[in-house]
Amino acid sequence: MADKINERQVNSIDNGRAELEDRRQIEQNNREQAMLIFEMSRDGRRAYSLPACDVPVKEGLIPDAFARRRDADLPQVSEVDVARHYTRLAGRNHGVDSSFYPLGSCTMKYNPKINEEIASLDGFTGVHPYQNEESAQGSLQVLYEMDRMLSEITGMKRVTLQPAAGAHGELTGLMIIGAYHRSRGDAARTKIVVPDSAHGTNPASAAFAGFEVVEVKSNPSGGVDIEDLKLAVGQDTAGLMLTNPNTLGLFDENIEEIARIVHDAGGLLYYDGANANAIMGICRPGDMGFDVVHLNLHKTFSTPHGGGGPGSGPVGVKEELVPFLPVPVVECENDRYWLDYDRPQTIGRVRSFYGNFGVVLKAYAYIRTMGPDGLKNVSELAVLNANYMMKRLEDSFDIPYKRICMHEFILSNKKQEHNGVRTLDIAKRLLDFGYHPPTVYFPLIVHEAMMIEPTETESKETLDSFVDALISIAREAENEPDRVRKAPYTTVVSRLDEVKAARNPVLKWGD
Amino acid sequence: MSRYIPNTQEDMEQMLSEIGLSSVDQLFTDIPEGMKLSRALDLPGSLSEMELSGLMRGLAKKNAHCGEYACFLGAGAYDHFVPAMVKQVLSKPEFYTSYTPYQPEISQGMLQAIFEYQTMICQLTGMDVSNASMYDGATAVTEAALIAVRSTGKSRLLVSQGLHPEYREVLKTYGKYNDLVIEEIPLRDGITAVSELDVMSGVKGSDGANAANTTLGDENAGKATTGKSDIAAVIVQSPNFLGAVEDLKWFGEFAASKGALSIACVDPISIALLEPPGACGIDIAAGEGQGLGNALNYGGPYLGFLAAKKAFVRKMPGRIVGQTTDNEDKRGFVLTLQAREQHIRREKAVSNICSNQALNALAAAVYMSVMGKEGIKEAANLCLQKAHYAAEKLFATGKFAKLSEAAFIKEFAVRALHEPIQAINERLLRHGIIGGLDLEKYYPKMKDCWLLAVTEKRTKQEIDDMVRIAAGGES
Amino acid sequence: MKTYQGIKYTREHEWARVEDGLVYVGISDFAQNALGDIVFVELPNPGKSLKAGEQASVVESVKAASDIYSPVSGTIVKVNEALEDTPELLNAEPYENWIVALEPENLSEMDALMDEQQYGDFCAKEA
Repeated sequence: MADKINERQVNSIDNGRAELEDRRQIEQNNREQAMLIFEMSRDGRRAYSLPACDVPVKEGLIPDAFARRRDADLPQVSEVDVARHYTRLAGRNHGVDSSFYPLGSCTMKYNPKINEEIASLDGFTGVHPYQNEESAQGSLQVLYEMDRMLSEITGMKRVTLQPAAGAHGELTGLMIIGAYHRSRGDAARTKIVVPDSAHGTNPASAAFAGFEVVEVKSNPSGGVDIEDLKLAVGQDTAGLMLTNPNTLGLFDENIEEIARIVHDAGGLLYYDGANANAIMGICRPGDMGFDVVHLNLHKTFSTPHGGGGPGSGPVGVKEELVPFLPVPVVECENDRYWLDYDRPQTIGRVRSFYGNFGVVLKAYAYIRTMGPDGLKNVSELAVLNANYMMKRLEDSFDIPYKRICMHEFILSNKKQEHNGVRTLDIAKRLLDFGYHPPTVYFPLIVHEAMMIEPTETESKETLDSFVDALISIAREAENEPDRVRKAPYTTVVSRLDEVKAARNPVLKWGD
Repeated sequence: MSRYIPNTQEDMEQMLSEIGLSSVDQLFTDIPEGMKLSRALDLPGSLSEMELSGLMRGLAKKNAHCGEYACFLGAGAYDHFVPAMVKQVLSKPEFYTSYTPYQPEISQGMLQAIFEYQTMICQLTGMDVSNASMYDGATAVTEAALIAVRSTGKSRLLVSQGLHPEYREVLKTYGKYNDLVIEEIPLRDGITAVSELDVMSGVKGSDGANAANTTLGDENAGKATTGKSDIAAVIVQSPNFLGAVEDLKWFGEFAASKGALSIACVDPISIALLEPPGACGIDIAAGEGQGLGNALNYGGPYLGFLAAKKAFVRKMPGRIVGQTTDNEDKRGFVLTLQAREQHIRREKAVSNICSNQALNALAAAVYMSVMGKEGIKEAANLCLQKAHYAAEKLFATGKFAKLSEAAFIKEFAVRALHEPIQAINERLLRHGIIGGLDLEKYYPKMKDCWLLAVTEKRTKQEIDDMVRIAAGGES
Repeated sequence: MKTYQGIKYTREHEWARVEDGLVYVGISDFAQNALGDIVFVELPNPGKSLKAGEQASVVESVKAASDIYSPVSGTIVKVNEALEDTPELLNAEPYENWIVALEPENLSEMDALMDEQQYGDFCAKEA
């Protein structure tokens, strides 16, 4: 096996270099500074056309005191300008369709094209949220069936689709936990326990929902430190937020005991579904003892991330928490779907209308495509791919938690550090190989962490090429560390001055 | 195996043997046996692309939609024209399959597009700074209120009942968990009753929960303002939920005189014709950006825009893109001012939001690029003319009465004198027309009141048909 | 490194020194080094009263935000406004550039802080 790797390494370095030269040529054009659309603007140019007004035109409909005095100075460009501008910008952006995107904790899986097509059907895009229920039965059916399917996948009773993102789901779930305790006259439960390995959104959401945050330590194998947890919980504990598999990519094998400790103290268990891609059809948060769960449809259920959104963060709850779900809840009777607003214990609304319907629709199509066996295969392959990559990288990189991982794993720069090569440098060097780097500097409890999540939608060949690139970078870090430290070389801009951006913010054209 | 999973059985065997395992099950030994699901998930079986397509088209057919129906429904979501360019740009996989631009070297496209979006939102609202967008109008207004609470150190909010009812509900939900005191300013003759404000703006020192949080003595708690009352912000929508234009300048001055911030929820199309919040002394502008190139989509995904005076930039939630330079002094863009955000500040972050509605903001930017300085005015003016034409025609039937003398742009409320709103809407639907909103659901006193939106897409013919059928005539 | 008479340090890496009856507070060289390039300093309003250990200010770098705690109880009488436009002064000369000055309630609270020798040992252990 060692021989095989060496051969691959050599090939990859040669290929890599040749590829670099080619890329440099190709991207020369792209290197020119992209103009801002405002810099193309000329008085009198236009990209729009509107019909002439077919009703009698009246003047003076807006009182002078309210009429706009200075026009909004939006760009004036031609239609071909707009087309070329955004095509140029697209050329300066990298997506899952461009190449492998192993961004840990983000589940950058392939986004199926049929789902995009479905979501753009007039019968879905053209429906107004306040149309009467009779005229929106198709959309309501999608929402209702999605609730049922996600409930089954997570082991929950009901699921709301209103939250617009994972963090929004967290907030919603925590509000439900707060409302539950208050409904029982237990207002003293003001604290949410969060492991130190958690995503930053967990403590931020807890604080935003009015809770105090108590941090618990991780044990040496990456799970929750049970003794620390026992000290942290008590009569003031509202709940524990846990990601399982956790942010180190490890399944917390003490989950039963953790659940018992929290429940015995009178708290509830919140499941952060960031890593649900590892467990579909294998185990369910509901069966692990969780009371509330949020999912990220844009991670686990294949909807595109859209450059930062829109996502969707449905929240599922066990039976005793159902009364607190946000309004409205979609109900079904005799094949007729309707919106139930009459829910006296609801936390209220967390968003207007019914959530990111267009995103829910794509995830619905995905689940119907995969079916129960397909979803289980997804998790199996996601985990297999991660373990395979970890195995292949173990000689070249430090692996802080060396055991079977779930769908993602962590490397550190410990073997490269002595040459002054930081994790950021390795990430930037990967850009020259055409890859999006892994998540870096997270989780915070690992020094110089690099978190790799391949997902199930990548082939062994893709994984091998990426591993080869990383191994050749490790070797370069030994022989030519400066080359790694100054990367990237082939991107449209080199490293950007973030200090300058933050000290003297220029947040719009003309600032 | 599924078409979205490329590895074959042979690949799997090779990979397992490299790891030193003999079966996939061995990868899951960390999961306690008793916790594993011992059955298959109870879900419908997998569908081929053709079957799926058929199923989904069938569901879509069960909906009435604006492609086939003439839509006069607004109330926070509008059937505006979306140029073909928007779909073309949004379909580019480099945009829609990318993640949040954490690696700026390979994300310059989205970063620049968002920087341009921020610029256009500032141009439209007349404000100094915009973020990269929020989930929707409701959460944008709520986050604006929280900026005011953080900046003033006060927790009392005076909110016009002309603010979208669902936005007020979201604000109340968030408020419950952040100890906010929310009081509503009633409407009179369709606009916010400003005369009530002087009474309401008195200090409510003895008011239970309120008194515990804020007293006059707390003046120094805030940085941005010097307190003269216990009010954090006055929140008003213009045009308000009933379509009436509010006097933003008056609200700006009033809030300032009380040491409170002024927050205006505005419509991004109407604003092309109306004096923008920035020119009215408003501190924070927020609103629903759906009308800028985004489809109705049964309520989402949309985008909330949030823009403010410069003084509040470090209190703003969400992503913000800034301009900088690279090693070779070339212009480039990065996510900036990140120390405000959850991944750095954790429980001390200004908000828990860690995304934006990037693709919807991109749609808005493309829309504004296509429409430009002149097009957006022209579209707004078409709405203005057609809405006034529709209103006049309705009144001329004698079956509808005016509710307000206030100025309006694209939306207005009327009272039906002849029939319940539900009956009118049902008749219209049978004739291929989606009627207006029955206001009684949101304002119990507004029985038989109907809120109609008329966008640039409505033709004279459609308006005439709607008026005739609404008044009782068949086609 | 420039020293002042009576300069003291906290376990949170603030320094404090007494001059004309006021306690001046800044961040140590160790702190500025750990934070990296400082991009913003959030200054409180003068007049604010604080107990020892309460948050007085926030110092931000690109990738971190650090709360600055008051080493003693007292009332903030002035803030270093130069930091508004040039926060990098804290990187360049951390001991020359104070952040806030307090009118102390009880100067003996200074005695509980570490001296230079103790702080040096403390940092060595942290690093």
